[in-house]
Amino acid sequence: MTIHIAEGDIAARTRAIVADLRFLEGPLLPILHEVQQEFGYVPQEAMPVIAEELNLSRAEVHGVVTFYHDYRDHPAGRHVLKLCRAEACQSMGGDGLAERVKMLLGIDFHQTTLDGGVTLEPVYCLGLCACAPAAMLDGEVYGRIDDQMAAELVAEARR
Amino acid sequence: MTVRIYVPRDAAALALGAEKVAKAIAQEIAARGLDAEIVRNGSRGMFWLEPLVEVELDGKRIGYGPVKAGDVAVLFDAGMMNGGEHRLCLGEVEDLPFLKEQTRLTFARCGITDPLSLADYEAHGGLAGLRRAVSMTSADIVKEVTDSGLRGRGGAGFPTGIKWKTVLDAAGDRKYIVCNADEGDSGTFADRMIMEGDPFVLIEGMAIAGLATGATKGFIYTRSEYPHAIAAMSRAIDIARSAGILGTSVLGSGKAFDMEVRTGAGAYVCGEETALLNSLEGKRGIVRAKPPLPAHKGLFDCPTVINNVISLASVPVIMDKGAAYYRDFGLGRSRGTIPIQIAGNVKHGGLFETAFGISLGDLVDDIAGGTASGRPVKAVQVGGPLGAYFPRSLFDTPFDYEAFAAKDGLIGHAGVVVFDESADMLKQARFAMEFCAVESCGKCTPCRIGSTRGVEVIDKIRGNQNRPQQVMLLRDLCDTMVHGSLCAMGGMTPFPVLSALDHFPQDFGIEAPDRKAA
Repeated sequence: MTIHIAEGDIAARTRAIVADLRFLEGPLLPILHEVQQEFGYVPQEAMPVIAEELNLSRAEVHGVVTFYHDYRDHPAGRHVLKLCRAEACQSMGGDGLAERVKMLLGIDFHQTTLDGGVTLEPVYCLGLCACAPAAMLDGEVYGRIDDQMAAELVAEARR
Repeated sequence: MTVRIYVPRDAAALALGAEKVAKAIAQEIAARGLDAEIVRNGSRGMFWLEPLVEVELDGKRIGYGPVKAGDVAVLFDAGMMNGGEHRLCLGEVEDLPFLKEQTRLTFARCGITDPLSLADYEAHGGLAGLRRAVSMTSADIVKEVTDSGLRGRGGAGFPTGIKWKTVLDAAGDRKYIVCNADEGDSGTFADRMIMEGDPFVLIEGMAIAGLATGATKGFIYTRSEYPHAIAAMSRAIDIARSAGILGTSVLGSGKAFDMEVRTGAGAYVCGEETALLNSLEGKRGIVRAKPPLPAHKGLFDCPTVINNVISLASVPVIMDKGAAYYRDFGLGRSRGTIPIQIAGNVKHGGLFETAFGISLGDLVDDIAGGTASGRPVKAVQVGGPLGAYFPRSLFDTPFDYEAFAAKDGLIGHAGVVVFDESADMLKQARFAMEFCAVESCGKCTPCRIGSTRGVEVIDKIRGNQNRPQQVMLLRDLCDTMVHGSLCAMGGMTPFPVLSALDHFPQDFGIEAPDRKAA
């Protein structure tokens, strides 16, 4: 399924988001979060609109968008599976888990399965370090992931 | 009388199935027609027992854990409502050694109360600190905090009272309190636990900081990886505002203070205070050169207190019980208590708040019960990705800012990650450099370029290409990064690298440590 968003539509919806949040002190990050929430990514077409509304240069907005890992320049899959790659999870076999999940999905980190179903991303710490290894699937957290649970998580993400 | 059953809503408990357990309990209560209610508390911080279900009977709380949804019906059959015996029954929770051996000041209520019940918060001593602060002058509040000996719990250990005094004395129409809740260090979750388990204590601490310095606006900058904490904190702020704790007149004092939660966007370096301020302003999270200090020119160039969650959450108990009460815990220049987070490959992982001074060995071997895998401990990383790896020979090091620094380590945010003998320390050293390369803000060269060169050099060491020269080169590179970087990101990445090299030379294929160059 391809969602086709007309360019004018993106501009109008972005403008509405900016209008809602521009009263905040330092509104750019909250606006970008909201834009990503709205479109699933930060569309190229949204940036000049934000720049114009906030009286910033396009380069400044582009610089901020590209600095932060969270902002996407294209939509993710229908489900996003994040695996924690930090030290506490490493100490409990996180690297092995990552290899297993990659194999089950047939993709590497930062990739999306061909059917557009699942995007796999690394995350550096979910704060679940005493129940490692940990993962997050569409905002839901999972800890102490063993091989069986990894397979269940992947199956869940595949649905 | 209605029986209260507690099921945590802490993210770690949820990650282990607490939501399903709560649903199953609700079903059993309805099906059996029982007179019981479910309270969603924070976590006690004993994660090997999560989901930990507690039943309150005559003021005592009987624990059952770890409970799976499938256990629930059996537990009710076994008479859980009356504290009935079962293999999962832990007895009275307060009597569990892991809790009994702690001194919980900052985490006094965490896991006990309903995090979003202001009545519960007050019934357990909440707001007493703020009430006292309202009746004091700003200078007296600052003095109380200074006298308590509280130092920044984010890692740098700078005296909180001195920071506050600088902001109090700074001229400015507008001042800010910024709470650094960008808890990105692996092995740490104390900030998350407080925000999810006792959010009002952080609000109270920030309001006191506002009264103490004349700041009228606060921001909590936290991580997008912490959706549960964001939700709990935002909700608690709304409740506090409705109750007159925040707003134009804090507890009727006539002094204004309000606050909001802001979410980062996945940049580790934003845990560095000046990068955080830039991020709050809507810029790239690039580190600023100091001076000017944030206390003079911080957020939007206004005088700004920027403190870690745990520093701010420790203020209410100090204001309530007095500086001397808090200062009497600890040793040397490390006063009060520190919430240590035990994580990684451990049998009993969780949050252990104790007075400064406990030794690393006692913590790992006794409190944490050794490794989860049952294999011997090889190394312990204290203080997150920028912290040193300590071998067993340094297990006598006491938890104290200066003692750790003397052994080329740091307490940092007090996260302790345990590795068993299967750990490859060259791989860990490489990861430290790789992480720095991914997360560097790019402003200064030693961090931006040095980290990438570090990965390459370590790969050459692994591949045995001129190994002795490469080891010397790695030490030289680390020296440049330590002394040439603008902030802790590049300046401390060498800590895990050099400690791995010094304490575990065999993993690098070299004989004995060569400390001369470092």
